[in-house]
Amino acid sequence: MTNRITHLFSQQSGRLLNVYFTAGFPQLNDTRTILKSLEAAGADLVEIGMPYSDPVADGETIQLSNDKALHNGMTVKTLFEQLEGMREEVSVPVLLMGYINPVIQFGVEAFCRRCREVGVDGLILPDLPADVYEEEFKPLFDQYGLVNIFLITPQTADDRIRHIDSISEGFIYMVSSASTTGAKAGITADQEAYFNRVNAMNLKNPRLIGFGISDNASFERASQYAAGAIIGSAFIKAIADTPDLPGTIDGFVRKVKG
Amino acid sequence: MQITEQVRSPYQVDERGYYGPYGGAFIPEMLYPNVQELKENYLTIMADPSFQAEFQLLLTDYVGRPTPLYFAQRLSETYGTQVYLKREDLCHTGAHKVNNTIGQILLARRLGKKKIVAETGAGQHGVATATVCALMGMECIVYMGEIDIERQAPNVARMKMLGAEVRPATSGSKTLKDATNEAMRHWINNPVDTHYIIGSVVGPHPYPDMVARFQSVISEEIRNQLQEKTGSPLPNYVIACVGGGSNAAGAFYHYLHETSVKLVAAEAAGLGVYSGHTAATTFLGKPGVLHGSRSILMQTEDGQVVEPFSISAGLDYPGIGPMHANLATSGRGIFKAITDEEALTAGFELAKLEGIIPALESSHALASLKTLGAGPDEVVVVNLSGRGDKDLATYMKHL
Ligand SMILES: Cc1ncc(COP(=O)(O)O)c(C=O)c1O
Repeated sequence: MTNRITHLFSQQSGRLLNVYFTAGFPQLNDTRTILKSLEAAGADLVEIGMPYSDPVADGETIQLSNDKALHNGMTVKTLFEQLEGMREEVSVPVLLMGYINPVIQFGVEAFCRRCREVGVDGLILPDLPADVYEEEFKPLFDQYGLVNIFLITPQTADDRIRHIDSISEGFIYMVSSASTTGAKAGITADQEAYFNRVNAMNLKNPRLIGFGISDNASFERASQYAAGAIIGSAFIKAIADTPDLPGTIDGFVRKVKG
Repeated sequence: MQITEQVRSPYQVDERGYYGPYGGAFIPEMLYPNVQELKENYLTIMADPSFQAEFQLLLTDYVGRPTPLYFAQRLSETYGTQVYLKREDLCHTGAHKVNNTIGQILLARRLGKKKIVAETGAGQHGVATATVCALMGMECIVYMGEIDIERQAPNVARMKMLGAEVRPATSGSKTLKDATNEAMRHWINNPVDTHYIIGSVVGPHPYPDMVARFQSVISEEIRNQLQEKTGSPLPNYVIACVGGGSNAAGAFYHYLHETSVKLVAAEAAGLGVYSGHTAATTFLGKPGVLHGSRSILMQTEDGQVVEPFSISAGLDYPGIGPMHANLATSGRGIFKAITDEEALTAGFELAKLEGIIPALESSHALASLKTLGAGPDEVVVVNLSGRGDKDLATYMKHL
């Protein structure tokens, strides 16, 4: 079976919206409701965060959602149980995002097998270095049909971007600015120069822009420079206290996509 | 001896940045250019004679090195062996931490960095960082857990007087682990002009090796001093406490390959290894990744980092440097778990027998003497990593 992420990018090349949420937040068992609602509202990809005690690449909003989710009792094992059978309900590409330690404790092969069984398509593991991925993880990811998504930032050197492109499948996560998640809003002239520099490199993988995307304006702006964008913190804030998850999610996604 | 000199051994870092299975650089891409810049430059800069000269001059005239190696007569009689104390407590600022901050700030300056960020637990590393920032006229931000800010008030005041900005880490458990997270996040958000001075032999490669080299002056001096006093540079035992492991790394460094020298690491057992309130990482931990390196850490079955507990804020850390994880796994190191109570007893004992008030961290090393089993003619060096001024309030509670 072809991977849903690579399939999506072979069919569509613009204005793709990837929405991040933390599993177990706001409530432990909201995962499937959020997933279904996102697909119904028109999200093109969904990134499910596996909460971690020490999320160093994340800003305050996502940190707090991680804390709350852990407090609610979320674990990697529970998440897989919640995702069991999701492919009977949704067809949107699903990525798991998280830190490497819980994956190592689960067992890398067991983790990949469970991803495959429940229908996960890709992974974003920001603290998994490219060299360790190539040596230890890639064979398993390949065996279980998972793609690994790498990040690049304004500080990433051109030769490293090319190397990352050469080992990437699906898309490259283009971090818009030097920051943790949720730190800066909007897109500046400096960032445009960086997007243009990357675009001029003729990479084989499309890019999605993440960090600082929060609404329709920033989504449209990012879409001028990449295949689409990723929204995380703004979505977490939107669903934090809502009494009506599906309604709020529908409103949020439709507004962003315009 | 030069800080770049290293006898090859399976216990030293390899070319890939690993100590056996531990180490590496598990960092988000946002930190990659900074860490890469360090990795590509640290050895060259440290080998530069003008850097060595600057570093040595400050260690001598500013820190007050070499620190004495003191034969502790009455302590020796008590334990029926020959005990020497390496007096890192006499360093300027009161602990070994300053050896590393001097080295790193000189390095940061050569990399063209303008600002410094650091984490601190007990406040000793924060004070040592604020001190060198004042010395070099560099801006200094120190992250400290909100809970530690309360329990280490004197060091917070010292940092402020030295001109540093102390920022509370309010996430997670609000202690050292979280202060480290915040310092890393700060570095992610300020990658170009800022250098992160990590306070122990933890973090992504090359930090553990770089910090160990700056601290290696401790064992370099012990060798020379022992040679003079005993006719041999080799003791039978070297004992040090281990939080992240920087004072131990410095005390062990030039003995790693000398397998006749037993290396003893004292970890904080808090209320007891199996009490649920402990920081005895190698006894309870499993391999995992924290703060950028693969090492041993205390964690749940689900891979969430567990909160440590110790009476000593400097040992209150759920992980351990990759060098020490390798020493523990390979059997090269002897690891001991010392409870709060044992440490307190050893601290009071040193005060009464030798007139030296040790830091609570160092009291853990001293407490290891009890179960060491060293013979009357054997030579034991205890690394007295710091002085106890900062811990007086805690000691007084137990007087
Ligand atoms: C006096 C003293 N000793 C030891 C430590 C523990 O650190 P490390 O294990 O890196 O030497 C600290 C940390 O604050 C300290 O202040």
